[in-house]
Formats: sequence, C-alpha cells, structure tokens
Amino acid sequence: MAIDKDLLMLMLRRMWTIRHFEETVIDIYAKGEFGGAAHPYIGEEAVAVGACVAMQDTDYIAGNHRSHGHPLAKGGDPKRAMAELLGRVDGYCKGKGGSMHLADFSIGILGESGILGSSLPVATGAALASKIKGEDFISAVFFGDGASNQGACHESMNLASVWKLPIIFICENNQYAVTTSYRDTVAVEHVSDRASAYNMPGVLVDGQDVVAMYEAISVAIERARAGEGPSLVEGLTYRYEEHSLGLGRIRRGEYRPEEEIERWRQRDPIVIHEKRLVEQGIATQEECDAVRDEVRKEIDEALEFARNSPFPEPEDLFDDMFANPIPQA
Amino acid sequence: MERDESVFIMGEDIKRSIYGATMGLLEEFGEKRVLDTPLSENAFFGAAVGAAAVGMRPVVETLTSFMWVAMDQLVSQAAKMRYMFGGQVNLPVVYRATMYYGGGSAAHHSDRSYPMFMNMPGLKIVAPSNPADMKGLMKTAIRDDDVVIMFEDGTLFGNRGDVPANEDLPNGELLVPFGQANTLREGTDVTVVAIAGSVPHAIAAADELEADGISVEVIDPRTLVPLDKGTILESVERTGRLVIADPAHKVCSAASEIASIVAEEGFWSLQAPIVKVASEQVHIPYSPVLEKLVYPTKEKIVTAVKRTLE
Repeated sequence: MAIDKDLLMLMLRRMWTIRHFEETVIDIYAKGEFGGAAHPYIGEEAVAVGACVAMQDTDYIAGNHRSHGHPLAKGGDPKRAMAELLGRVDGYCKGKGGSMHLADFSIGILGESGILGSSLPVATGAALASKIKGEDFISAVFFGDGASNQGACHESMNLASVWKLPIIFICENNQYAVTTSYRDTVAVEHVSDRASAYNMPGVLVDGQDVVAMYEAISVAIERARAGEGPSLVEGLTYRYEEHSLGLGRIRRGEYRPEEEIERWRQRDPIVIHEKRLVEQGIATQEECDAVRDEVRKEIDEALEFARNSPFPEPEDLFDDMFANPIPQA
Repeated sequence: MERDESVFIMGEDIKRSIYGATMGLLEEFGEKRVLDTPLSENAFFGAAVGAAAVGMRPVVETLTSFMWVAMDQLVSQAAKMRYMFGGQVNLPVVYRATMYYGGGSAAHHSDRSYPMFMNMPGLKIVAPSNPADMKGLMKTAIRDDDVVIMFEDGTLFGNRGDVPANEDLPNGELLVPFGQANTLREGTDVTVVAIAGSVPHAIAAADELEADGISVEVIDPRTLVPLDKGTILESVERTGRLVIADPAHKVCSAASEIASIVAEEGFWSLQAPIVKVASEQVHIPYSPVLEKLVYPTKEKIVTAVKRTLE
C-alpha cells in the first residue's frame, strides 16, 4: 500500500501530539493542577493514529477511559482537550466531562466512555444509522483487552455482523486490565480470534507500527463501505505508565516486570516510525525533529490556553441536561 | 414514521408484532425501519443512542423486565451522554417499556420500574393511563429531542377510551405536552394522584366515595419527569388531603416523591397525613391469591381516602 509523505508525516505529528499531550498531563497532574482520574495513552499512539488517519472526518469513532489518544488521533484540538481536563468552559464538554469523556461531534468523535465496553453498542448504533440512511460513513470503536470480556462487546459484534453494519471493532490490547493480564482473562490466544464467532475478519496487528495499523484499518474500512460488514482489528500494544495517574502510589504488589516494560519501550511507536521515514529516505531526521518541536510548542500553547480559560459559573450547573429543558426538580 | 424518515423502530419480535403495537409497520415501512433484534438488549438499547447521536430518531420496543440487562446503556449512555459531553449532542430516543403485571407473570416479568429511572437525571419518564394520552404522549415523545421512556401499563391494555380525531383538533393533531397533569375528575374533599394502571382504580374509588358524599379529585400526572407539581399542589391547597396511588413498589416510589414534594411545598395546606397506596415491598408472587394482595386497588384507595378524613 503506497502511502504519501504528507500522510506519513501526519501520522508522526499526531503521535507526537498524543505523546507531548500525555507528558504534559502527567506533569501537571503531579503538580496538582487537576484531580480525578487520567489514563495516559503513552506507548499506544500508533493504534489510534494508524486507525484514525485512515478515516474521514465524517466517519465516527467512540472510545474508552484511556481517552486522550483517540480524539487527538482523529484531529481533535489539544487546546479544547486540555481545557476539558482542567475543567474549564472552553473544554470540549465545557468542563462537564473531564479526562474520560472527551468528545467532538463536529469531527466524528462520538465520545469516550468511562464504563468499559459501554461505547461498543453506541458505535454500533452510529453504523446502523449509516446503513438505514444509505450513507457511506463508517463507525469505529476503540476498546481494550479487558473490555473484550464484556457482554456489550459480544452483543455488539454479533448484532453488527448479522446486520452487516459498517463498523470496525478496534481492540487496543495493551495486555493488562489495570493489573490483570489478558492471558488470565481471555479464553482465546488473541482477542482477534473472537471474530470467528461473529463471522467477521479478525486481524492481529503490530500495534507499535502505525503503518501496519493504517493498512489493516484501511482494509476494514473498504469492507465496511462496501456493505460487507464489520471487522475486528487487534493492535497488540503496551502502556508504559500505570493504568491511571496516581495509581502507582496506592497499588500493592507488582504485576509486570521492569524488563517487560523496558522491552516494550524498545519498540516505541514513534521511534519505529521515524526510523522508517529516515531509513527509507522519506524524511530527514531534521524534518522529524521539526515536527516534534512544533508539536511541543502547540501543546505548551494548549496548556496556556487551558490555564487561561475560565471555570464554569455556578449557574452553568444545570445547563445541557436536556435539549428541551424541563423545570428543575 | 410517516411524517419523519429518521424514525425507525427496533425490538424483539416486532416484525410479526407479537404484542400488537407494531402491527402493519413492516408492510408499510419496510425492513430498514422495522428491525427485529437479537436478544441483546444492551447492544440495541445502546445502538439506539448511537443512531440518535448521528441524526436518527429510534424507537425501541421492550418490556420493563428486560431493561435490567440494558441498564449500562440506559444509565451510562442514554441518560448521561448529553450532559457529560457539554450538550454537544441531542439524543431523540424513545424506549417503549411495557409493564406486564397482575396476570400471574411472577417476579421476573412484572416490573413497574419507573421510580428507579426517575432517580436518574437525564431521562424523561412518561406513564399514560388512557388511549388518547398514549397517542398524544407517544407523538410528543418521538418528536422530543431527549431520551424518553414510555412506561406502558399492561393492565390497561384492552381498555377503551375516546381518542379525538385529528380533524377535530385545533392544530390538526393530537400532541399531549410533557409536564401537564390531567385532572380527570374534580372534587373538593380529597385529592387522589393516580399513576398509570392505578388511574381506573382511583376513578372507581371516587365513584364509590361519591355515593358516600365524599368528593374526590383525581389527578393523573401523565409524565413523571417532568412532573406537574403545580397542579397537584393547587389541588391539595383546596382539598387539604392527599392520597397517592402508584403501582410501583412503595419505597422510593413515584408516590414517595410526590408525597415529599407536597410535604415540603404544600405542608400548610394539609389537614391530614398524606397516604401512599403503592405496591407492597415484596416480589411479585406467582399465585393469584398472593399477587392480588400486592397492588393498589379500588378498595385500598377508598380506605386511604377515608383515613385522610378521620
């Protein structure tokens, strides 16, 4: 599959956007600038970026609690994402959603869900709408190895397959549900093996390779747009950080050896992609560094924007409950 | 469905309309808009949310008893999504949930669960008691841009009532607005607020009490969220006495909420303690001998009204 340089550089840019965004989040969380939960996507960037750059703005994605990577991969605005994390009015959800609920319907981001497996039915419904309307947009949903054990996951896959819906189930297998290995909880060797039960293609992809993800998702998109139904694509990946920020302080007992983390760090998705770009003569190291530096600046600006954005006013509390509001109980 | 192409309906066994409500829809609107689902309530309740989020107006047909297996989608997505995403999306979904009870269906198939959903912000809750309201509220629900759950009381199925013809209506169609209670019978001594299947019992009780010289006002709230508390408070201000008949279990019921509103906002109108006539706090037993003890009846309402006059 020939991929032009602009797209390859866009992949690099979006991966750096996520990386820098998450590093900034970790930094300001440690300083106490915001509270609650935040789940860093560092290490998994190639999965969301490879998938999202294969889509159109009019295609829909839904995601999960590890929620910053998906919208940024689809072209979401880091300023509005950061403002949301800080609970400000300029945030994507005006400060009402926070880290786990970023959404931007204007570019097909149906929103991230804090309940695992919960967004699969919703994304399935977006695909159903495409089919009923006879339009050609597709829908995709990101979920983890842990959520692949949810009933909602299996119900959605079966439903999407019997109705031949244009949806792609993208499992980001980062191998641990908080501290529990998927090897102890998933009955098959790979999550993608589950596709056979639903009569759809199941593909296992190197989730550290953004081009491999792009190619696998492109095939699935083509199938979806042709009306041939859903696919399951599993990107085998790894999260470098704890499940959630702050969890390391309270967690008792190790669940993965340092050597394992180090081994995966050696397969860093950004390094792999940059190396390919430089070795294949597609881009120079300087061009790659320039992308990194530009994005760094952009994220610094996003943080500045978020810090300067006002908090919601008390009178905003009840807004947005209903499209046709009702008297407050 | 005729008026708006984005309306479609899905549920179990609706093509062949085993419950009757979808009769003829498949023939008229075709397979794309009348969908039989697998037994996967969590998936298709949530798919309705996703379809609505991208411009459709889904109607989901189900029974209250099957809502439990879809609670995550009802609560985590349908109820919360709009607010959580800062109002970015409208979710015009209607869940039609039939409450079959009173006919020996036992504990798993006799749920009257609307109070649980009243407790969850973000849902509009409708409970019609007659054919005209059923039609008028359903049309309003489908056109509303928010998630609406219609709790359809199976004990009322088969009842007959006048439904005004479109041409006899000022705006040419029957639309019952949300949040407007219906005073079914005016009275001066006691206010009875009756919900869904309790309404005919309340009317029958009022008839019987009238013979004893007791004048009962019967109010049907029609929608529980939003609740027309103004009509209830105004009535209690005149009568000074309140009985609430509610087929749901009595703890944290719709009756509890109405009682608490009147206790907070209408206390100085009250001349007697409020009486709740709700279902007993027990599972629905199979044996008809036991089951009939559970629900509000005409007799229980009559007794309750008399208690407020002691």
